[in-house]
This record gives sequence, C-alpha cells and structure tokens, in this order.
Amino acid sequence: MLKLNDHKALLVKFQSLLALLLMVAVFSACAEGFFSTDNFWLILTQVSVNMCLSVGMTLVILTGGIDLSVGSILALSGAVMAGLLKNGVEIPAFNLFVGFTALGAILTGLLVGSFLGFFNGLMITLLKIPPFVATLAMMTIARGLTQLWTGGAAITGLGEVFAYIGTEDFCGVPVRVCTCAAIVGAAILVLGKTRFGRYIYAIGGNEQASRLSGLNVNRIKLRVYTIAGALSAVGGLIVTSKLDSATPIAGDGYELDSIAAVVIGGTSLSGGRGSVLGTVLGVLIIGVLNSGLIILRVPPFWQKVIKGCVILLAVAIDKLNTKEK
Amino acid sequence: MSTSEIDKVVLRAGNISKAFGGIKALDDVSLEICAGKVNAIVGENGAGKSTLMKILSGVYGDYKGQIVLDEGAIVFSGPAEAQDSGIAIIHQELNLIPHLSVAENVFLGREFISRAGLIDYRAMRRETAKILQRLDLDIDPRVEVSGLRVGQQQIVEIAHALSLDARILIMDEPTSAISDREIEVLFGLIRSLTAQGVAVVYITHKLDELFQIADTVTVLRDGKLVGSRDIDEVTHDDIVRMMVGRDMEDFFVKAEVAKPEVVFAVRDVCLSDTRLAGDYVVDHVGFEVKAGEVLGLFGLMGAGRTELLETIFGLHPEQSSGDIFLQGRQVEIDSPSDAINFGIAFVTEDRKAEGLIPEMSVAASISLASLEQTERFGFLSSRLENGLARDYVGRLRIKTPSVRQKVENLSGGNQQKVVIAKWLATDPRVLLLDEPTRGIDVNAKNEIYRLISDLAGAGMAIVMVSSELPEIMAIADRIIVLSEGRQTAEFTSSQATEESIMKAAIPQGQAV
Repeated sequence: MLKLNDHKALLVKFQSLLALLLMVAVFSACAEGFFSTDNFWLILTQVSVNMCLSVGMTLVILTGGIDLSVGSILALSGAVMAGLLKNGVEIPAFNLFVGFTALGAILTGLLVGSFLGFFNGLMITLLKIPPFVATLAMMTIARGLTQLWTGGAAITGLGEVFAYIGTEDFCGVPVRVCTCAAIVGAAILVLGKTRFGRYIYAIGGNEQASRLSGLNVNRIKLRVYTIAGALSAVGGLIVTSKLDSATPIAGDGYELDSIAAVVIGGTSLSGGRGSVLGTVLGVLIIGVLNSGLIILRVPPFWQKVIKGCVILLAVAIDKLNTKEK
Repeated sequence: MSTSEIDKVVLRAGNISKAFGGIKALDDVSLEICAGKVNAIVGENGAGKSTLMKILSGVYGDYKGQIVLDEGAIVFSGPAEAQDSGIAIIHQELNLIPHLSVAENVFLGREFISRAGLIDYRAMRRETAKILQRLDLDIDPRVEVSGLRVGQQQIVEIAHALSLDARILIMDEPTSAISDREIEVLFGLIRSLTAQGVAVVYITHKLDELFQIADTVTVLRDGKLVGSRDIDEVTHDDIVRMMVGRDMEDFFVKAEVAKPEVVFAVRDVCLSDTRLAGDYVVDHVGFEVKAGEVLGLFGLMGAGRTELLETIFGLHPEQSSGDIFLQGRQVEIDSPSDAINFGIAFVTEDRKAEGLIPEMSVAASISLASLEQTERFGFLSSRLENGLARDYVGRLRIKTPSVRQKVENLSGGNQQKVVIAKWLATDPRVLLLDEPTRGIDVNAKNEIYRLISDLAGAGMAIVMVSSELPEIMAIADRIIVLSEGRQTAEFTSSQATEESIMKAAIPQGQAV
C-alpha cells in the first residue's frame, strides 16, 4: 500500500518531466528530423526568450500576482536599445548629441525595463490596483511608447557587437542559452536559499500572516515586479540582437506564452506554490510542442488549438492531483 | 392571524447535539419557539448560540436530535429548504449586495419575470414598497443598498425575510452596529411583527435589551442548556448567574512569579471606527505588565480585545493613537516589523487566516519571523533552520513526523504550538496572545497553559485575551475587562469572580 502511494507521489512530482519525455518520444517516433542534436539546440535557442520572461513571471505568480506587460516591456526595452545604438539621443535644448556604445545602449534598455516593472509594483502596492489591471494598463502604455519611439517602423542595422548575444556561441553554447541558464540558476538559488525567496512564497501563501510576521510585503512585491521588468528587457535584448531589428510589434502575445509555461510547470495561479524548475519544464514543453508540430507540418491554426488543449490538460491533471488530498 | 395562534409553539428542538472534530459545541439542548413572542437566547461566546441557530436555519445538516416544526419532524437539506418552511435568519454580518437596489435585494433569486421573459421591475418595486410600508421604512425601493445606514439595511433584511413569508425570524445580535434611535425603531418593528404572529428568536449579549423586548429567555453555557424562563420571572443578576455559574473543575493554576519591574506599558490607546466617524473601537485603554506577569484581557464579542492587540502591534497606524512604553522607554510602532524589532510578539486568534502559511513546512513556519538567524553568508542554511525548528519541536512537544512536514497536516493544537514557536524564535520580551486555546483539545490546552506559565516564569511579560472565564481566571495574575472598547474593570486574580467579571463585560445600554 505504502509503496503504491510512494509511486503515485513520485508520479505527481515528476508529471511535467514525464509529459516532456513522452512528447519528445512521440515526436521522435513520428516527426522525421526531430530527434537530432541540431534540432535540440534549435529548440533551446528558440525558447530562450520565453524562458527569461517565464522566470520573472514565476516570481510574480508565486506572490499571487500576474504580469501582463512582459511582452510590451520586452518590445520597448529592445527598441530603446536599438534606437540608442543606431541614432543616439539629441538634446536640442543644449544642442547636444549623445551617442551610445552597444554596452551603454543595452544597460539603458535594461534600466528602462526595470523601471517599468518598478512602476507596475508601485501601482500594485501603493495604489492597491489589482495586478491584472495595473499590468494590463502597462501592457498598453509600453506598447504605445514603443510605437512612438520607433515611429512605427523597425530599427535595423545594429552592428556586430550588438549581434553577439543573439547569434554567437560562447564555449560552443549559444550565448542566449548561456544567458538563460544563468538566469534560471540565479532564480533557483534566490527562491530556495535566500530570505527574499522564502518571503515570496510566504506572501503568496498567506499575505496577512506574512505581514503579521513582520514581512515588508510591499517592498518584496516591488522588487518582484522590478525583476520581472528587468528580465523582460533581457528578453528584448535577445530578440533584438538575434533579428538585428527592433520592431514595434515585437513580443506581442508573449505574456500569454509565459503564463502558460508557468502554469504547465505546476505553479499555482493563486500563489505560494511552484518552482522555477517546473517553469523550465513548462517552457521546454511548449518549445518541443512548437518544434514537433512545425516539423510535422501541422497548419499554424491547428497548432494554436493543440497548444491550448495542452495547457488545459496540464492544469486539469494538476487540479485532479491536488484535489485528492 | 387569529390570536389563538399566538403563544402556540411553532418549533420544538429536542435533544440537539453537535460536535466539531471531537469538541462538543451543543450537548443535548432542547428549545421551544413560540409564535408571537420574542424568544431571546443568551450565553457567553462559545456557548453554542450560533451553532444552534445554524442548525435551525438549515446550515448544518448533521446533528443529533430532532426538530419539530408545526407538529411534524423535519430535517432541512439546506438553508433554502428552511427558508421555504418559513424560517429566516438575519446574520450579524448583513447579507446584502451593496450595489443592487432595495427591491433587487429583497427579491434576489426570486425576481418577478414578465411575460416577455425579462425582469418585471415595476412589480418588484410595488411589492417591495408594500413590505417596506408594513415596516414603516420610508425609502424608495429603487435606491442602492450601499447608500443606506446600517439600521436601514437591517430593515431591508427584515423585508427580505417577510417577503419569504417567514413565520420564524432569527436575529443574531441585531443591535451590535446600529445607533440608539435605530434600536428604538427596530424594537418597535419587532413588537409589531410579534403582534402579527411572527416568532422572533433574538440572540444578544446585551442583557438590558432583554427586559425591553424579550418575552422568554433561554440561557446556554458551554453547549448545554441552562434553562428557559419567562422574562418576568428573572432579574438581571439571575441571568448573569445562569450564564457563568459553572462547576470549577481542577483547572490548571499558574504560579505567581511577577517581579516588580514593569516591562511593558500602554497609555490611552485608541482606535477609531472606520465605519462610524467619531466612534472608537478601542477607547483610551491603558495598562502595564510586569516581568513574569500574565495580564488577562476579558471581553465579549465586539469589546475591542483583538483590535487592542492589533493596534499595539502596529497594524492600524493610520487610525490609532496612544503611547507605548518598553522598559520605561517610549517607542514608536508603525508596523508589525517595528513591533517585532522591539521584542513584541503577537499570536493571533485566527490561526488559519493570520498565523500560518498552510503550504509551508514546520521548519519554514517556525523560522518565518526570524529568518535572519538561519542565514549564513547571505544564504539560508537548512541545517540552521532545521536545528532551530527541532529545538522548538522538542521544547513545545510539537507532534510532527518531521520538521519538513507541511503545517496544514498537523492537528489544531500542534499548529497552534508552531505559531507560538514562530514567535518565541524572535526572542520576545512581550508576548501578546489572542485566544491561544481556541479550537484545540483539552490536552493541548493544558500544555499551552503550562507553556504560558513557564514563559512567565522565565520573566516574559504576557498579555492574554480570552473569552473563557475559567481559563482567564486560572492563568492571569490580573484581569482587565473591556466592554464596547472601554476599560470597565480591573481585578487581581484573587479578587475576581466570574460574576463580577461578566457584569463588567456586559455593555450597559445608554438609554437605561
């Protein structure tokens, strides 16, 4: 009896991993060219942007919040980087022109993303605007700002140095994948081994009890949304660098892919329960699904239907398992 | 309705018992409700009044005993069926939907539908107006409920009950949130309802009201029936005696260890009422606690006990005022983290909502409020954390298979010990306890008493809120009684009697 329960618990614990392996097995069997080193690297590089966004989203969702603005912040940060690098800034009042190096442009872009996330946090903590609404507004604002900044057209021709992040390898591994791995590692460490990480779980698990235990709930949330903004900017950097182009529609709809990855990874939307490792699996599941369906030449419209069904299935299984207790 | 139906017993509850997880909330209680009368029910907090009313109104289905309605035994499958049988309940917390109109609220779920399949607002307004007229409430059925005063909202609830043709109307503490003038209106209304043959069941702890409005009074104590009397047969003091007079069993008695040094003092603590401008929930309360002393705070529901502790702990910095002194030095507390830094700990009344994070392990729960001591070079050390947790699991005898167990899987008593451990881990000098033994079994209770006694013995200053008289009399060295936010009495443990405490706790009607 005990043994059966143990197996069951193990099954529940690794359900995302099992789902991923099952999917890889199925696609390897029926999609020619899926099971190859090249394709695996391709998948890893393709999921890198969603990975950045989803790690930030995991932190936000663990506190019991949501961030709909990650796609738009990605676009604006990328556009800021590209614009500064390509055109610099003119300050007519002082008859001044400021040019940017690639590093300067990147850092400024990351700052912009962080600030927008910080602003989300301010709205949520000080004005008590529900996260859904505050970040929905930011999603629209940042998208509008991107269009203003780019004038509605793509900014291209950003040079070799800037392209390094999105196209080159570092010790045989694509720089994008290295970046993601570093972010994932840092997030796992922070969540598991620091007070800040513990407090994120505590707030999502019971905000009132956390407040009564002396936690500065507002400060922690503010940090979480700032990090989510910064990681969106990293996503913006990768996209822009890879395509050598910042477009006003970059990252459109990415917030949904990232929420889907977090949910598939077993993180509870009500907060307090979940893990970055789960999210990594969630991101990979979506990546593998995309790759396999493309190789199988499933029409794009059907791909969406199938992806939606996978999300439903993942959450339904999770619900059934937690309900049993 | 003919006069012959008045005085008739409409509902008879026989030998009702109900337990929650081994704790008896009601034990063999019998009760008769008469038509055309105000049947009052009184008792301390936890006496079983609400449980009994929930059984009568169909909320709880699994109880022992039987309910006879109009000579026929009946078992309600749910509140809706009780309503259909003519039993309506008005809870202390009103159940109205604020942004709907009066008429929409009165007929919620039973809207009139016109032949076109749409809601017939005109008919609903007409019917509502008729009922409101019967209740002497001059408001337009179209106004939003949120714009009404609490007293008026209550009358809307009564209108709702009447629209259901309720013959038995249960009112739970209906005067707790309304003004004196509104109380007069309400009493007038109750009298006219009883004259029309409605049986009113009236729950209160304001004894003065009984003599104004009640016909009979039933006293419950510790889930048992003490007795039912006609109001003319009893005096105020008789009722108090019935409410408290219990056999003192061999109760844990704390040794007195207070040292002369005053550790903690508060002066003029006030908390203003957010609902009623100019009113106070906590009204100029002050006390001091010596090292090793347990100060008991007693009060009935709504006396402001919990609010007093919350204010001290920095939960209401915007609405509160007052001075707090720690070892003679005045301190400023604007948040729980301030309070914790000054060495104050607060074990809250509601474990689930305010004390614990159910998904967390025992170790994580115990270390939550003092996580910095499990840190090494900026990172949490599970070795230090588990060590801290094991230390408290041993000291407080917390029964858990391991410190990695989730707290939601522990029993109530052990969960409470985890909460206390969390606070002891912050190394406090002052411990605020709000109903520390609520909802836990007798053995765990005794262990908690022993723990409180030990902590006091080690020199901690302890403030304990309790609504259980025997408990507070056994554990506290001194007892302060709160009533409607004000401090009404102070006793040393040797002076205090259950009757004197209860007398000070019962609100005095301002009209008398």
